[in-house]
Amino acid sequence: MAGHVLVIEDEPNIIEAISFILSRDGWRVDTHSNGVDAVDVVRAKAPDVVILDVMLPGRSGYDILRDLRDDPATSAVPVLMLTARGQSRDRELAERAGVSRFMTKPFSNSEVLDAVRALIPT
Amino acid sequence: MAQDTLTGSRIRERRVARRMKQADLARQAGISASYLNLIEHNRRRIGGKLLVDIAEILGVEPSALTEGAGAAMIATLREAAIAVPQAAAELDRVDEFAGRFPGWAQLLADGRTRIAALERMVETLNDRLTHDPHLAASLHEMLSTVTAIRSTATILTEPGEVEPEWQKRFLRNIFEDSGRLAETSRALVTFLEADGETVTETGTPQEEMDNALEAEGHHVPDLEQGGSVAQALDRIGQGLSTAGRSLLRQFLNRYAADAAALPADRLADAVTRLGPDPAALAQALGTDPALVMRRLAALPEDLLPEPVGLVICDPSGVLSYRKPLPEFALPRIGAACPLWPLYRALNRPMVIIAQAIAQAGRPGEGVRAEALAVPRGPIAVNADPQYDAHMLLRALPRDQRPQEVQPVGVTCRICPRKACPVRREPSVVAGID
Repeated sequence: MAGHVLVIEDEPNIIEAISFILSRDGWRVDTHSNGVDAVDVVRAKAPDVVILDVMLPGRSGYDILRDLRDDPATSAVPVLMLTARGQSRDRELAERAGVSRFMTKPFSNSEVLDAVRALIPT
Repeated sequence: MAQDTLTGSRIRERRVARRMKQADLARQAGISASYLNLIEHNRRRIGGKLLVDIAEILGVEPSALTEGAGAAMIATLREAAIAVPQAAAELDRVDEFAGRFPGWAQLLADGRTRIAALERMVETLNDRLTHDPHLAASLHEMLSTVTAIRSTATILTEPGEVEPEWQKRFLRNIFEDSGRLAETSRALVTFLEADGETVTETGTPQEEMDNALEAEGHHVPDLEQGGSVAQALDRIGQGLSTAGRSLLRQFLNRYAADAAALPADRLADAVTRLGPDPAALAQALGTDPALVMRRLAALPEDLLPEPVGLVICDPSGVLSYRKPLPEFALPRIGAACPLWPLYRALNRPMVIIAQAIAQAGRPGEGVRAEALAVPRGPIAVNADPQYDAHMLLRALPRDQRPQEVQPVGVTCRICPRKACPVRREPSVVAGID
């Protein structure tokens, strides 16, 4: 088992595709599609990597990321942020919030796989 | 006021344009060629009969020789020079350029105005692409759908076994996503096409309204006759954006109320006796001087003994109405000069502040300004009033003493006054003390 990934994304077909490619690569995958309780889910599941969408129902990915970084229990978890907004301002917001890696849609499967692999400490 | 110093240059230009020798012009005007030479190099002032004679010989009106280009055109030319600093245009000779080559100067000024309008339109569209919530949501959805299709299609086409059940799911997902993509794309195109119809070249809603009123000569006959604001808005506001129409509607509502309170024929009758003096007119008519100023600006030119301009600013100091005079340039965008009596009036509400003013770098031109700030809306309990300031502009009287004229600017960026206590930002124009 390569590790445990939690995908927080509200687009069901993206969740399905990412889950499939990660699972095929040997990762254990959990998914969640709501921003409101996303922080609680990360605490409960304690994944090795979080894939986090920016625009989620109920709460922005930036706010979720800030909360994760403020909590000692989750502050060190690597977060790969996915967004359709690729402007420098969005990238800056993500960096200020403590993102580990920022990726804009549309991305390729191999890019996601490479990014997740790179975020796991060897 | 200092007399315009470029009359000689214009005489020389006109003479050369007529292929006339200096000696011939001097002879016909009854002066020596050497004296004409001094005049043409602006080393001797010229006026009175000699000016009239020379103008007649050259086949032009005397004013064509004494009056330079309009302040608005000079301001636009300055803006053009500032916009392209690497061109190192000779800003200190802009008056001479406009005076010697009025056609080319107008062409350049028009070009600058159009470029500025197009730049603002690009900025507006760019801002819309960045901040329009509908557009942002649509694009986000499109990109998410494309991502899902791309990711799923890659799984199906990559080498490696995909179980039949997963294959069916992924194919169904692609089918669903392609339908969503088509729907979102169609909605987006509809949105952009509809919105494109409302985007004008004029830029801001304020400029749209300014241009619409300028086209009407600031006079709305429909409302003078008690017509409806809605009909006037439909006629004048054609092609304006929603925001531009909203501003215009507010203006027309006030115009209609003003016209009902002070009908044009009553005001015109009083103007015949008292001239366009807002204080005297207000006293004689027993009404608010600010109302008189607005009504004077709305009167047709043939009912006025002299043209009037009017500027109104809101409580934040932003110009909300502008009817320019050729002698006094108004900034098209950005803040105006804080030295204008308009802003002094905001500090002293309900007091008419009268002052002769001239914009720096515009010798021979100036205006008398009468400014007044009045409360916006009715007085309410425990509510601080908000003031709108009005500034009526008229040409300076001929007997105005130069020492009584207060120098002011257009806007800091193109103002040459170096030692100005209220300068907001550095000027790009060569300074004067």
